Amino acid sequence: MTELLSASFDEIKHLVSNRALEGETMVLNMGPQHPSTHGVLRLLLELDGETIINIIPDVGFLHTGIEKNMEAKTYMKAEVMSDRLDYMNTTGNNLVYVLAVEKLVDLDVPPRAQAIRVIIAELQRIASHLVWLGTAALDVAAMSAFLYCFREREMILDILEMCSGQRMMTTYFRPGGLWRDVPVEFEAAVRHVLKVMPKRIDQYESLLTRNPLFIDRTVGIGKISAEDALAWGLTGGTLRASGPDHDFRKFAPYSGYEQYEFDVPLETAGDCYARYLVRVEEMRQSLRIVEQALDKLPMGPVSSSNHKFVPPPRSEIGTSMEALIHHFKLWTEGFSAPKESVYVAVESPRGELGVFLEGDGGPKPYRIHWRTPSWDNLQVLPVLSRGHLVADLVAIIGSIDIVLGDIDR
Amino acid sequence: MNEQRFVDELKTQFGGELVEFRGETRLIIQLKDLFPAVEAIRKMGFERLSGITTVDYFPAEDPRFHLVYLFTSLQRGATFEMRVPVPAINPSAPSVEKIYPNANWREREIYDMFGITFDGHSDLRRILMPHDWEGHPLRKDYPLGYEEPQFTFNFDEIDVRKPYAKE
Repeated sequence: MTELLSASFDEIKHLVSNRALEGETMVLNMGPQHPSTHGVLRLLLELDGETIINIIPDVGFLHTGIEKNMEAKTYMKAEVMSDRLDYMNTTGNNLVYVLAVEKLVDLDVPPRAQAIRVIIAELQRIASHLVWLGTAALDVAAMSAFLYCFREREMILDILEMCSGQRMMTTYFRPGGLWRDVPVEFEAAVRHVLKVMPKRIDQYESLLTRNPLFIDRTVGIGKISAEDALAWGLTGGTLRASGPDHDFRKFAPYSGYEQYEFDVPLETAGDCYARYLVRVEEMRQSLRIVEQALDKLPMGPVSSSNHKFVPPPRSEIGTSMEALIHHFKLWTEGFSAPKESVYVAVESPRGELGVFLEGDGGPKPYRIHWRTPSWDNLQVLPVLSRGHLVADLVAIIGSIDIVLGDIDR
Repeated sequence: MNEQRFVDELKTQFGGELVEFRGETRLIIQLKDLFPAVEAIRKMGFERLSGITTVDYFPAEDPRFHLVYLFTSLQRGATFEMRVPVPAINPSAPSVEKIYPNANWREREIYDMFGITFDGHSDLRRILMPHDWEGHPLRKDYPLGYEEPQFTFNFDEIDVRKPYAKE
């Protein structure tokens, strides 16, 4: 046991300053089970009094080998694992995975399916931002926002359940379209969200935006400049709070985002408060996109009719020999993809969520890599928090919106 | 996207092979050119390193791995993929941490998962797996983790390499 401890200390000795080795500063462990680390994250803090000198993040507690597991499954079955990455943005993970598969095998998606994908993905973004807003406010001791945010999140999870049968692990988007069309109650439910949410967002803002305690805890805390933010590979609201205008919905539009009018909210301060302002405004913009997509939701099929890749409907299997063969082939062997690779990125609530997918001519992915936004957003934590107090670290972790399932994969 | 011009410029500078698929170009260059090429790409206005990943082509020997670098440029509105083949014996590549600081964790992940070392890296430790883990899980010759079934004819053969709990 002592051997193990000394070995692990030698391994990280070069990361702390000489003052820590002489006992002048203190090395303190935070986590892995800590209410404000938003998951199973362990941080080693080097402290001078209460001031942070350095942070050594230790990740990997949720590592489940999803990339390796997906290599052992067919393209259709592997999608189920993608829900388990970023559990706050499950439909977004499905979206980027199906986009990558569709690009690899060159499969077209009907316009109705694309519009429904946009609606669901934007609703999921609002739900994810609500969880972020509630927990980030809770971290700086604003208790009530948490309860309101989770109340509204339920409305969105109910819509996901209505469409897919699941609140969180939906697997609703499939290569070539959707699992099934939305039910008739869908439109009324989304309209209800569109009606009540703007007022509710105003309510959150009235609780926080001009709250002197909230401002004291967030303004000027965890600052990063635009150049540093780009160099450290930040994306999403964490990047846009520093100034760069970089949103994959505008940068490389996918799934028909180019048809919708929306603004990308930007701030220049780059501190915790700016990140809060950006994300709150993003919820309003998401509502705008949902409204436009719902207004001009086209009719038609929700899945490609190319049954080499998309399972035929159940009703056809009883009458058509060809449909039966397709059904049997797809659910036993699966479809094959060419020996090539693609990289597709979408804007998840946290930033650039990308899939690098390589086929080998067979029915299983040869290599799949998830470029997850939280990975880079967490890496910058030591840069953000040097010189701040330990209590501010909690506000900074809250503001960069990490999901540990997204980091550890 | 207006990527063609800088891809041509890179190709004249470093040689290499251009591959096109679904409208996107990628450049495969030699390992010795990796660091200067990444420097040149940074100077061409690619502010962000989106990611680094690796593909293992086991049982191919030379090259066994492909390092895949993904760059994004806001000013050009372009993304770009560059690949570098790495041999199987003592796989190693120069670290690009000094050009793009976020390569730090990405290279640690590749070291952890594929066992490729990065020269000049400031802190090359395992990141996802425990620090005393043996093997590199994403290599193709690393089993997924199932227990191998033992039959009478190969019981002893598998028993030798079976990972029994120690102590």
